[in-house]
Order: sequence, then structure tokens, then C-alpha cells
Amino acid sequence: MDLLDKFDPLIAERARMGDSQPDPLNIVMDEMLSATEAMIGGRKIILAGTNNYMGMTFDPDAIEAAKDALDAFGTGTTGSRILNGTYQGHKALEQALMDFYGMDHAMVFTTGYQANLGMISTLAGRGDYVIIDADSHASIYDACAMGNADVLRFRHNSVEDLEKRLKRLPAESAKLVVLEGIYSMLGDRAPLRELIAVAKAAGAQVLVDEAHSMGFCGETGRGVAQELGVEDQVDFIVGTFSKSVGTVGGFCLSNHPKFEVLRFACRPYMFTASLPPSVVASAISSIRSLKNAHNKRAHLWGNVERLHGGLKKLGFNLGTESVESPIVAVCLETQDQLFGMCRALLLEGVYVNVARPPATPTGLYLLRCSLGAGHSADQVDRILEAFKAAAHTLQLPLNEKLRAASASENAKAPQARDAAVATG
Amino acid sequence: MSNKDLTNKDIYERICKIVAPFNQKDVSLFPATSFANDLDFDSLTVMDLVAAIEDEFDIVLPLNMLPDLETIQQLSDAVEKIIKR
Repeated sequence: MDLLDKFDPLIAERARMGDSQPDPLNIVMDEMLSATEAMIGGRKIILAGTNNYMGMTFDPDAIEAAKDALDAFGTGTTGSRILNGTYQGHKALEQALMDFYGMDHAMVFTTGYQANLGMISTLAGRGDYVIIDADSHASIYDACAMGNADVLRFRHNSVEDLEKRLKRLPAESAKLVVLEGIYSMLGDRAPLRELIAVAKAAGAQVLVDEAHSMGFCGETGRGVAQELGVEDQVDFIVGTFSKSVGTVGGFCLSNHPKFEVLRFACRPYMFTASLPPSVVASAISSIRSLKNAHNKRAHLWGNVERLHGGLKKLGFNLGTESVESPIVAVCLETQDQLFGMCRALLLEGVYVNVARPPATPTGLYLLRCSLGAGHSADQVDRILEAFKAAAHTLQLPLNEKLRAASASENAKAPQARDAAVATG
Repeated sequence: MSNKDLTNKDIYERICKIVAPFNQKDVSLFPATSFANDLDFDSLTVMDLVAAIEDEFDIVLPLNMLPDLETIQQLSDAVEKIIKR
């Protein structure tokens, strides 16, 4: 028996997919033309699935800061944050985060994945409880698998289900409720105010992951908790530099007086090399500019309205009935439709993400678009044209839906939401 | 009858009823039926099943117990143990 035999079904599936080119799971960006365009397979492609929400990857100030840091501090730290891997830049980055969020403590991790992995697995230990949303990101599920706490899962965004499960737990036990401001697959928002109220009533502490909401939700871009005015109820905020901040890395913020001890207990923080100085410098530059990026935020939301409204008008079935985030998920019914559409879109000059179970709720095949402040209105129109042409090539059954949609304004979209909630 | 009075057989039978709607391939259910191998449940289905079982018996069945619960009998035994704790 060979160790890799267990992957034979996956190998067979990959082989089947590789027959049709381009392969959506084997995309190579040969050249980056801007924050919104790349050369892929000799074609100029509009990027509509890169989570580059604030278009910061080519921000001139961030690039200059990174170049300066590269010259002054070298290419890497070659060490852990608790040994030789903390430079003045890492401390300045943590200060920039504390200033941005108005909180007392910040820890910077090497990726957003590691921030969730480290925080959740370290905060909740043996005898404690972690309560997570069914649609949680893989990093949250993996954190639960790594830690020693008992893990419970509540129905996606269901306040009632969370409350019911919390009530079954011993009153005196320590509990961590883990929420996300925006869920990355369907792009839907959490009812944070209600969920946090129920969590607090049960004596739980609350961690909110704002990975897909930092930069453009809330008055100064702190996320959904800021927008809903519940930041003072959140014990731990987790986030990432790999989306709105335009580079890579993760972080956690808290006002907890004992927070600093986690630097000496959190293994995904301790046993990995820290971020390179150039990455740290560009993150500082971008975070500082995000606070006052009101015009960019307005432009981004305008882009999303245009794409969401346009796709709905074309007869596509969307993950959310109205705009909730810069993520616009087109719901398809089969894997063949999903990969067929992705390929056809690439041939029309547009890249979007493919997402399927188990990364998505059961039975949902998603063409996941994410827009950024870097997209122009003209690019959004070109994305819409590409969707129209690709659907025509694949003969997707849109016309019937289009008719139904015009007959009753929100004919199809609510069904997708219900399906997601029922299976989530 | 309170949940504490349920026999292992009662619990097994109630679990089989809960499994039924998830059993899309209509596999015959036995104590040794395996969720992964016989019923072909993926991880999401198993977690949805756990939620249904928690609600049926009003118990806490943490997800981290799942790796040890491969068959319907093993799941019934675990539920019985939690109820009588």
C-alpha cells in the first residue's frame, strides 16, 4: 500500500479536468499589468476574482515603502517573532493596526490562515468550548482540529440555533464564539449585533474575522463590527493583509489585559518565520491610507452595485438578493456548468474563482466574482458582456429565469439564499 | 419518558430515523453501517447529522468526537454515554 493511493479519486478527477483547457484550477498569471489585469495564457484578462478589494497591490506608496525596506533590512528575517524575527517594522505594523482599530494590543502573524489557526487553537483549550458558524472558513475548521477544546457548530447566521446550542453548555465553562463579518463564498453578512448579544448573554467571548470586510465596511474601514456599532462587544478581531491591504500576513487585535501572553503560547505565531521587512513596510503604508480612503470605498460599492444589478438583469441566480459585499457569487447547478463557465469566461477575457462543495455549502457550485476599487466602470461592463457571451456559448438556461425575474422582481435570488441556509 | 431512561436500542432506532433523510443512496442500515464507507457521507453531511442528533436528544455532541464514531452503533453508544453522564 502506497501512502498516496488514497488520493487516486482526486488524481482521476484532476486528469478529467485537465482534458479541457484552460484548466480553472491551474491558472498561471504570466504577467501582472495592474491590480485588475493580467496576462494569462497569452491573453489579457480582467481579474474579477482576486479579493483585491481596495486595489492596493500596485499602490505607489506601498511599493516605494517596500523597496526602501528591502534595501535597509534585507529580503527576510530568517526567524520567529519571539527569537530573531521581530524588527522595528513588525512593532510599527502592530502600532499601525492598533491606531487603525483603536485597540490596545495587536499581534501580527505570517498569514491570515495562521492568525485564525493560532488564535482559536490557543484561546480555547481542553474543557473549553469553541462555537463556530457552519459556513466558517477552512482556517477556522482547521484551528478547531488543531486545538483541544470541544467544538460545536451552529446553522449559518442563525441567531436562534446559536442560542439553543449555547444554552446546553455548562454555565461556568469558558466559551469562544467565532464569527465572520462577511462570509467569503456567498459574500453574505453576519447579523453580528444579534449573534454577539446571544453569545454575551451566555457568557461567551467573541472573535470576529473581518478578512473580507476590512477596508470598505464601516466609517473608517474597520469592518462589519464597526458598521453595526458593536466593536466594543468584540473580544478579538482577526484579519488579513492579503485582501484589502494588498500583500500577505494576518493579525489579531484585542483590548484584553492579558493578551500579550499569547505571544508565548500561540504555536502558529512562535514556530514560523516572521513576515519579510518589505511586506511589513507595504502593509504599514496601505493600512494608514485605508482609514481615509472614502472615495475608493464609494467607487468600490458603485462597482458592486453595477455588477450585481447587471448579472441579475441577465438572469443569473446570485448568492445574495441584494449587494452585501464586494463578493458576487453566481450560483450554478453542476460542476460541468461551473468549469464550463469559468473556461468560457477566460476565453472572453475575464477571470473569476470557481468554488464547490465542501468549500461551499452542500450542492452550491459558485462562480465567485470579487470586485475592487481598482476596477473601472468600463471593466465592470466588460465583465457583464463576458458573462452574457459565456452563458450563450454554454447555453445556460437563463432566458426562463430572465422572464421570471421580469415578471416578479426577485423571483430567483431568494431561492438561492434559502438553499444555502437550509444546507449550510 | 425522560431521555435518561432510553435504552441503547431506543437510541439506535431513533438515530436510524434521523439518518434516513441523509441516506440518499438508500443503503440498508445496520449497527455496523459506516457513515463514510457505506453511506458515503462527506464531512458536511456528517456535521449536519450531528446537529440533528443534538437537537433530537437535547445534548452536546462535540465535532471533535467524530473521528472515533465511524458506525451507527458507535454513535449510539456515544449518545447513550452523554445522556447518562
